[in-house]
Amino acid sequence: MQVTNKLTPFFENLNFERDDNTMVINFGPQHPSAHGQLRLVLELDGELVTKAYPDIGYLHRGIEKMAENMTYNEFLPTTDRLDYIASTSNNYAYALAVEKLIGLEVPRRAQVIRTMLLELNRIISHLFFLATHALDVGAMSVFLYAFREREFAMDLMEDYCGARLTHSAVRIGGVPLDLPKGWLENLTIYLDKLPQNIKMYEDLLTENRIWKMRLEDVGTLSPEDAMSWGCSGVMLRGSGIPYDIRKEEPYELYGELDFDIPISQSCDSLGRYKLYMEEMRQSKRILEQLIEMYPQTEQKLMAHAPQYISAPKEEIMTQNYALMQHFVLVTQGMRPPKGEVYVPTESPKGELGFYIKSEGEPYAYRLKCRAPSFYHTGLLQEILVGTYIADVVTIIGSTNIVFGEVDR
Amino acid sequence: MRKYTPKDNVQAKAYYTDRFWVAPRVPRQAVEDEHFKAVVEALGERVKEAYVEINNLVLHIDATQNYAVLETLKDTCGYKICSEISAVDYLAKEGEFEIFYQMLNLDKAKRVRVVCRLKKGLAIESVVPLFKSANFAEREMYDMFGIKANNHPFLKRILMPDDWEGHPLLKTYPLQGDEFASWYEVDKIFGKEYRDIIGPENRDPARIDRYDTKRFSRVGYEVPFDTDISSGETKTPIEYSTTFLTDYNTGTKQLDKRK
Repeated sequence: MQVTNKLTPFFENLNFERDDNTMVINFGPQHPSAHGQLRLVLELDGELVTKAYPDIGYLHRGIEKMAENMTYNEFLPTTDRLDYIASTSNNYAYALAVEKLIGLEVPRRAQVIRTMLLELNRIISHLFFLATHALDVGAMSVFLYAFREREFAMDLMEDYCGARLTHSAVRIGGVPLDLPKGWLENLTIYLDKLPQNIKMYEDLLTENRIWKMRLEDVGTLSPEDAMSWGCSGVMLRGSGIPYDIRKEEPYELYGELDFDIPISQSCDSLGRYKLYMEEMRQSKRILEQLIEMYPQTEQKLMAHAPQYISAPKEEIMTQNYALMQHFVLVTQGMRPPKGEVYVPTESPKGELGFYIKSEGEPYAYRLKCRAPSFYHTGLLQEILVGTYIADVVTIIGSTNIVFGEVDR
Repeated sequence: MRKYTPKDNVQAKAYYTDRFWVAPRVPRQAVEDEHFKAVVEALGERVKEAYVEINNLVLHIDATQNYAVLETLKDTCGYKICSEISAVDYLAKEGEFEIFYQMLNLDKAKRVRVVCRLKKGLAIESVVPLFKSANFAEREMYDMFGIKANNHPFLKRILMPDDWEGHPLLKTYPLQGDEFASWYEVDKIFGKEYRDIIGPENRDPARIDRYDTKRFSRVGYEVPFDTDISSGETKTPIEYSTTFLTDYNTGTKQLDKRK
């Protein structure tokens, strides 16, 4: 029996003394390849995983509870802390849900800027995935190269909004700032260099014998399981199901843009890795189209809805009524109409959706963040069984989970 | 008379609401889409109410029929993905929870939300045999609201520790946490008897004492070290929490005057 006292608590799911020769090990919560705070309890028969139990909650901050106690605008910077690798995609998903609830039309220039930021965040997130995944599998140099590219992309984000990680670059009703001078030129320079960098990563990895041995037929996920486990994003497309929310349920400008949805029929980690590489190229294509769209838009950044959104600064400083409305919005917060909304968006990790139940108060009655990584973590308990311990890290890396989002 | 503060909903409230304010409602449209009509028809009498609200078909059903309805949705209507399951706490107003299942049809790119009401203390049938994603989602629902799912393979807390008391997303659960939450680490590591010794000011490293000049928190202006900054503040006198030192040999308690 375990000797339990206050410093060595009793774990009912762990059995240290067994008759068979299986061994129970704890992977994490401080394992560098756990991508955050994942504790994985693995039952091993030799090197074969016979049972896997993901234990999460080490980064639980109660973000949904905080949402019920913050006004709608107050909550927006908190969404940065969900998927902190690509925070603009969280800001955007939340802002879009509130806009759908209110029924706002966002000005076109704001739409162009938002879509640009979303795609830039996708590149940042995919580069991060590539870097950490390669590092987990053992390819150190790719990590350094990919982080170099990610730094340049984060410099672009910094030039736009001043922050590198927690952007808060989107507001409910539009964007707060126009693009600074020279930003598009810098973006063009970045995009021109991106394909040759992606090609370099592929030259280093795709045909690499070790990389293929570590990834091919590892973490196979059948289409039925992918659907049943609620997978989304690359995990779903990696199993041969062509579903991308940007294409199927277009939001923002994605309906007008020309891009392809790559899918992979191989259902394994190598196929998913290839999808990430291809998606970066598609993001580049989208960004190039947006750069051409930008000059044709009018210089208006926030939607006009004085009941919900403060008027522009000039109006507040010159018109009494605009100032009064601004005062009410700042002190009390906006009151969206009663109703409920669920809006899905395609974040770099998968389907990121916000369910908001509004009772007509300045505080959301209930906010549920549908995080893709949460369901991809649940998947681990099935996908890991029957694999070898050496592949566990590959599979966790391949699911691309981020714990800010899993634990919320 | 003192102002009555409700105990059944301790979440943040608007500090001022115009007495003539009537909140508008998001329009609920009739079901006109061909596909959605087919869905409502396939479910037949099990649907109590159906409407379209912001691109989602919302179906109100009876809580006892959730499994059958989701099975029909999956097998007949092609809703192969259950993207989200969670609940809304209406215990204060109506004494029940609202549970919703967010479903997705990949071929038609349509979304359906199945909504049912569950009285307090009742359990709902688990849908894990239909959708494996419900495994984690129902565990989270149990963890956050205390709603049990019958026949769930492993219904256990997921985000909070196993020995946690209370369910954090209930409206009765205060934002700062209750007494159990604030002493959780102390109770677990040292034991309940150490509450007195450690005291509330050492309990929480993020605690802010506005009269603490040593850590320069919340003073707002610069003062010499260890100055008493409470002078002239008659309305809000200094409130140090009283710490008692317990002598376990004699069993006596003594006020800690070491400040």
